[in-house]
Amino acid sequence: MSRTLSAPVTVAFDYTRSTGPVVGRFLSGLRDGVVVGGRTSTGQVVVPPLEFDPVTHEATTEFVEVSSVGTVTSWTWVPEPVKDQPFDRPFAFALVTLDGADVPLLHALDVASPAEVTTGMRVRVRWAAERVGHINDIACFEPLAPGETEASAPAAAGDEPVTGVVTRVSLDYQYAASPEESLFYRGLNEGRIMGQRCPTCQKVYVPPRSACPSDGTPTVEEVELSQTGTITTFCVVNVPFLGQKITPPYVSAYVLLDGADIAVLHLILGVPADEVRMGMRVKAVWKPEDEWAYSLENIDHFAPTGEPDADFDTYKHHL
Amino acid sequence: MGKQPAAIIGVGQTHHRAKREDVSMAGLCREAIDRALIDANLTLDDIDAIVVGKAPDLFEGVMMPELFLAEALGAAGKPLLRVHTAGSVGGSTAIVASSLVQAGVHKRVLTVAYEKQSESNAMWALSVPLPFNMPVHAGAGGYFAPHVRSYIRRSQAPTHVGAIVAAKDRNNALKNPYAHLHNEGTTVESVLASQMLWDPIRYDETCPSSDGACALVIVDEDTAKSSPNPAWIHGTVMRSEATTAAERDQVNPQAGRDAAAALWKQAGITSPIDEIDAAEIYVPFSWFEPMWLENLGFAAEGEGWRLTEAGETAMTGRIPVNCSGGVLSSNPIGASGMLRFGEAALQVRGAAGEHQVDGARKALGHAYGGGSQFFAMWVVGADKPSN
Amino acid sequence: MRDVAVVGFAQRQMPEFDGSPTCVELLVPVFKELYEQTGWTRRDVGFWCSGSSDYLAGRSFSFVQAVDAIGVIPPVNESHVEMDLAWAMYEAWLKIQTGEVDTALVYAFGKSSAGVLRRTLALQLEPYTMTPLWPDTVSLAGLQARVGIDAGLWDERAMAEVVNRSLTDAEKNEHAIRKGGSSVEELLARPMYADPLRKHDCSPVTDGVAALVLAAGDKAREVRERPAWLTGISHYVDPMGMGVRDLTRSPSAQRAGAALDLDGVEVAELHAPFSHQELILRRELGLGGDVVINPSGGALASNPMFSGGGIRVGEAATRIWSGEADKTLAHATSGPALQQNLVCTLEGKI
Repeated sequence: MSRTLSAPVTVAFDYTRSTGPVVGRFLSGLRDGVVVGGRTSTGQVVVPPLEFDPVTHEATTEFVEVSSVGTVTSWTWVPEPVKDQPFDRPFAFALVTLDGADVPLLHALDVASPAEVTTGMRVRVRWAAERVGHINDIACFEPLAPGETEASAPAAAGDEPVTGVVTRVSLDYQYAASPEESLFYRGLNEGRIMGQRCPTCQKVYVPPRSACPSDGTPTVEEVELSQTGTITTFCVVNVPFLGQKITPPYVSAYVLLDGADIAVLHLILGVPADEVRMGMRVKAVWKPEDEWAYSLENIDHFAPTGEPDADFDTYKHHL
Repeated sequence: MGKQPAAIIGVGQTHHRAKREDVSMAGLCREAIDRALIDANLTLDDIDAIVVGKAPDLFEGVMMPELFLAEALGAAGKPLLRVHTAGSVGGSTAIVASSLVQAGVHKRVLTVAYEKQSESNAMWALSVPLPFNMPVHAGAGGYFAPHVRSYIRRSQAPTHVGAIVAAKDRNNALKNPYAHLHNEGTTVESVLASQMLWDPIRYDETCPSSDGACALVIVDEDTAKSSPNPAWIHGTVMRSEATTAAERDQVNPQAGRDAAAALWKQAGITSPIDEIDAAEIYVPFSWFEPMWLENLGFAAEGEGWRLTEAGETAMTGRIPVNCSGGVLSSNPIGASGMLRFGEAALQVRGAAGEHQVDGARKALGHAYGGGSQFFAMWVVGADKPSN
Repeated sequence: MRDVAVVGFAQRQMPEFDGSPTCVELLVPVFKELYEQTGWTRRDVGFWCSGSSDYLAGRSFSFVQAVDAIGVIPPVNESHVEMDLAWAMYEAWLKIQTGEVDTALVYAFGKSSAGVLRRTLALQLEPYTMTPLWPDTVSLAGLQARVGIDAGLWDERAMAEVVNRSLTDAEKNEHAIRKGGSSVEELLARPMYADPLRKHDCSPVTDGVAALVLAAGDKAREVRERPAWLTGISHYVDPMGMGVRDLTRSPSAQRAGAALDLDGVEVAELHAPFSHQELILRRELGLGGDVVINPSGGALASNPMFSGGGIRVGEAATRIWSGEADKTLAHATSGPALQQNLVCTLEGKI
């Protein structure tokens, strides 16, 4: 058995970026098949334009159309592309100074091997089939054919200025639980709720912790906890929201399991929401065993035991 | 060697909105920075160092965005720091910026905090599903509402106190041109009539989700002489505790109590309610006003709601709280703490405009992290501290 | 300015850590080691500051749980930077300079192996026109290396010399995860990877944590016979854009070095995650041939993200404590292609 539990997780979101006028001007140009630079106070043409001038700190307001043909000033080979790069086969990244610009732009260069690239080589923009106002409207750079001097400009593809861009950020991680959390999840997979006692302050933590937050000592001694406990406090969820699994209203409550010194947050079902009380005694209701996994979700919810409510004094230190 | 005197001579903020689709991240920050520099009568070239603060990078999907922003913020060729301490970050960032001056390292420091929440969805960013962990089943307010219930139970407060706070802050916001929400005609009754979202928290008792930024110019004693109305720093404090710990008091957290005690001591304040003229307290859900009044020592434990109910936290009360409209009216998360700190400075500089408390001489700026585990506070005054 | 010294240093480094992304399990023993070094308990620490990144951990507020490793009842005076340990140390140094506290413990953690590190770091770039292309860290370093090669400022041999010396020195460092020098010829005979870089020109993906202890004046003298006094500390940032920068230079490193008195530096620990970056840094800091560079093996031997810079400070301090050197230099970098740099000097005598 491995020391810890681990599983893959993808963190992904389509970010909706507002570009402001300067980046927007650049992206509008790409959509229309032209590369736009910005002129700085010292007269340099920079691509993409800087939002604010490096010397005066004023917003860039002077824009210059530059050529879609230029010269490689540096390059590197990408032997093992990572997800979402312009190509999923080996390619080069290059810094290219377009004719009419004073500094280079970073983009992919489509060549089959490093032997086909040199610093100083002439390249041109290969436009994407569909242009929407995004840096990927430039599909990549490609070597200029012998004798070719100008790349033909495609037709403009819109008339409204670009003010926003959607960029997908999708990252794949391998998530690992700590050894103490792994004990907890493995217990749940066997229908048990496992905690650990801190050797310094003697408090029983559920889930157990790599460091007791009070004194920094790892919790050690294993303690199997009762399946019953007391609601310390709660809220009634009345509002629908993204990803919600239960129809409101329902109760989300802190349940202090008998024998534990810290409450766990869980659902209360089996009782109308408006009858849930602080101090109510509840017990774990498990999902069918064939649905169990390494998760607190194995406990479907907590439901009232029917016992008399706990005295406020017995749980007031847990609020 | 003790701390060198430091003062705020420039405060700038953006017009906070749900979506500032007219600006980029750099543009948003510069809107606040440029206003702060004009206020301070300085330019970016006069600035020695820049301190940036914001909440989690997942909000905007950029890792350490201060790196790409460096040039636009005027930081290229200068020292740049990036602070991140959860919800208290706006306050902690201002404190780190002050320490650059108080340590005698720099003379003119610019600090900016921002959030552009509209680039993603805060609920998503705060609760990315992790393997093994149970998905959040309660939504945004589900974390706070149980603690509010605990407060009500412990203090025996009448249930309409939260609505009093919300109505007050929303009406204060009408006097603040930068506030996100300008909801005319908000009353205790209208708040009570709004939808119950996470019982006991109603819709009108929750903060909005905003795009916005705040910037401050903090300077040494010499530079402050050029300002007609510097806000002098009388005390700063940061305290942290665990987010979850056995028997942790989540209603009246020890880190907040310890922070306040240390702050009042530093600032030479013995009776906060008598000596503080205006307080900007981080109140994202209405009930946190009475909770923090107790935590900060403006009222005894269990008595904070009495101040609110008696109208003592209104602009004309004994301890005016959130005259700017507070977090309940604008919440660009990373900037929200710095807005509290900046609004406190505006009060003692007599520069708060329509929401100015007459004759304010000492003010509190307060920020805390979402789990009530991280606290940052400062006291600013119209007079240079004597100590 | 108050006299402040580095008096404690501990680290853990590994190719792949199997525990949680907040590395609390590693921080606990590191803190214990520091309490043993200093004879302190956590109550003797006046200020805490950490450095880490949410994107490395893949979750928001990853540093919040790390605070548990301190044990925070009673609550502590604490802060966090989304930066390397070296800048967390800078914030703590400031705090001590204000006179508010006399001691600080700073720490950092990062589980680089949880994601694809070189891809994750593309999120540090300008988000509108750069990140959507996902230029990975190795590619950006390759572009930088090529500019210098084309300009005749360095060549593949000079890069291989850096690697050979680093991996040879790393044999004496129990924390190094890549070690074993051979010869410049043997290194040059290895295949090209991201032309012009070979794999050994790039620092290995490393998980780990590190922590430093700072103390002022007599507090420092109580801990060590020969504290490593921070006699100078300075940091600057450059613009990010790969086009607007002269990639053969690092003006921020030059400026940080120029702000300090580097005369008499015997040992320099440079945070150069790619071999050619050491060559840039040596030039920007004006380090002559008599300065011993990276006796620890440097970042080419192991480079735990968010600790890697601070570890340079710890290694430089260690050589003062032992009496091996009277004056050392430590450098930390952040951002693509040496964008942001911090330099400090440590001395045995003040």
